Amino acid sequence: MFRVLGNRKVTPNAHEMIVEAPEVARKAQAGQFALLMVNEHSERIPYTLSDWDKEAGSVTFIVLEVGKSTSDFVRLQPGDEVAHVTGPLGMPLEVDNFGTVALIGGCYGLGGVVPVGRTMKAAGNRVITFVEARMEGMHYYLDKYESFSDEVVQTTTDGSNGIKGHGVDILEARLKEGVQVDRVFAVGCPFMMMITAQLTQPYEIKTFAALNPIMLDGTGMCGACRCTVGEETKFACVDGPFFDAHLVDWHELRDRRAAYIRIERDVCK
Amino acid sequence: MIEAARCLACKKPKCVAGCPVNIDIPSFLHLIEEGKFVEAAQKIKETNPLPAVCGRVCPQEEQCEKVCVLTIKHESVAIGRLERFAADYERNAGKIKLPEIAEKTGKNVAIVGAGPAGLCVAGDLIIAGHEVTVFEALQKPGGVLMYGIPDFRLPEEIINAEVQTLSDLGVNFRYDYVVGRNDTIPEMLAGDFDAVFIGSGAGLPSFQGIPGENLIGVFSANEYLTRANLMKAYRFPEYDTPPIEAGHVTTIGGGNVAMDSARTALRLGSRSTIVYRRAREQMPARDEEIHHAEEEGIKFNLLTNPTKILGNSRREVIGMECIRMELGEPDDSGRRRPVPIEGSEFEIECDAVVVAIGNKPNPLIPQTMEGLELTRWGTVVTEEHTMQTSVEGVYAGGDIVSGAATVISAMGQGKVAARAMDHYLRTGKNPDPPPPPPPPKEKSKKKKE
Repeated sequence: MFRVLGNRKVTPNAHEMIVEAPEVARKAQAGQFALLMVNEHSERIPYTLSDWDKEAGSVTFIVLEVGKSTSDFVRLQPGDEVAHVTGPLGMPLEVDNFGTVALIGGCYGLGGVVPVGRTMKAAGNRVITFVEARMEGMHYYLDKYESFSDEVVQTTTDGSNGIKGHGVDILEARLKEGVQVDRVFAVGCPFMMMITAQLTQPYEIKTFAALNPIMLDGTGMCGACRCTVGEETKFACVDGPFFDAHLVDWHELRDRRAAYIRIERDVCK
Repeated sequence: MIEAARCLACKKPKCVAGCPVNIDIPSFLHLIEEGKFVEAAQKIKETNPLPAVCGRVCPQEEQCEKVCVLTIKHESVAIGRLERFAADYERNAGKIKLPEIAEKTGKNVAIVGAGPAGLCVAGDLIIAGHEVTVFEALQKPGGVLMYGIPDFRLPEEIINAEVQTLSDLGVNFRYDYVVGRNDTIPEMLAGDFDAVFIGSGAGLPSFQGIPGENLIGVFSANEYLTRANLMKAYRFPEYDTPPIEAGHVTTIGGGNVAMDSARTALRLGSRSTIVYRRAREQMPARDEEIHHAEEEGIKFNLLTNPTKILGNSRREVIGMECIRMELGEPDDSGRRRPVPIEGSEFEIECDAVVVAIGNKPNPLIPQTMEGLELTRWGTVVTEEHTMQTSVEGVYAGGDIVSGAATVISAMGQGKVAARAMDHYLRTGKNPDPPPPPPPPKEKSKKKKE
């Protein structure tokens, strides 16, 4: 069993969950995820690793409450246990000194960009972190971003905090000003990652996005997480989760993610 | 008992040679005949740690029962059914007796995967006196026995009981552990372990590469069966994994996995059709399984090859485009090659497609281990009489070696590996290859001449 060590509400619908999982923490690398089952009847749900502590043997997830499995998870309090945590899974991110790296985080990606930024900074990159949210009060982890970023840009859709607009809009403004960006990493909802890819393509900036399809086993055995990348079928769990965002079939990803939405909506009623 | 008494107790029993793990069949049949059912089960367990499983899923008609001398004039002894009976009797009577364990050697063995090959090696090596840890990626043991083979063919409690026996013997099971992502095999060997057995299975589903395969409602058989069996989606919403709701499920393939998928579809309330590009005689599934599928009302579209999966604007499956086939010249496998009949295209309406055309080996372990020699199909190369890989101290067996085969052949390879590993752990060397079989037949031939 895996003990819950922390549960902090970071926005009205997102929780920072810290879970004791020493085997995951010991091996975790930027870009990877873990699969979690709250109890023996739960689904196997993948969560991006937002942080980990090898010494404490703990891992951190940002969990958006969107359905039964996620709400079962965020209801747990410190001392409670989850039945299964498997990981780290997925290919670790390729790390190098690329020059200037831009991170774009939205939704749970506000946590997901943290390990990416940290490793990119450690490899000598200049790091600009764009974090977007709907409105004031939905940003968190500022101190973490500042620890690895040369610049942090907060944006809100309504302009109530930071700059008004999406992270990608501000990135575009910077590119137009002539700011040199060598690589972009996007973590968040498929729509945000798709528009990021569309924006960076004419500038020919290599852009990587963390795909988040439905998964089942997470080790390549079932193929539920099939994605089309550059006309080829890839399994996000073993070939990804990060892929060249310019080659991803984003509409397919969006539709496949919604495969069970009707039946899930019924059960949440 | 009457059935068991039909055994003629041949001096050179062909059935034993026909069994991949060489169960002493005449002896256990004799014990059943005498009413000693528990003893019969224990006799089987001397060579086969999973009799309740094998009694259900082994293709006995291709193995022990095929070579039974009674088949010359009559039907073979029903060895498989009797094996199942003995094992079930022992379990239900609560009289499972643990075999004796040899003096502890202090050696540590890691086993990758709690499927049939891994469980077999675990059983043999714990009895031989080694410490054994099984690392399983999923949350439950059994591998394909758990996620793949449906409950109606192999109830989960049977797997749990067999695994419990191994636990009672001292085998340590670690779930949620992905070798390669957690510790790699080189790290295991540098750490606590003296030898490793890879039984990670054929865990990477194949697709045909036709248009429409990524539509919503197209599943690999692994996914379809895993949802139903491992995750118990059929008990949704008591279990949280959503089931596949479909009016008509079409399964592509002609093997046992295709039969399992098609029969599962029926049980999930769907109409169920099998599409297979060759003829019935060429189906790799066991006759018994095809027969069950037919009896249950599954429709067979034989000599039919899917060419395209059709979807609507929401990217959901609405049907499948197929072409009729006819049998041409034999191919490499000796089976007559199916060739498309021009102009015979037609459509099948369906809202789910299950692709059951096989698996490729999962690349996770080769990717995270240097020096592991692979075939061009990605399977692990092993030495036949030891199942040792190209890396010293690392052995492999089951579908990661043979591609896609049966539970019992995986166990047979596990047996061979366990014997070699025991020798290696004790002496630091592999056993010598067996001497080539003497050619006595020539002599007798000469006499005849």
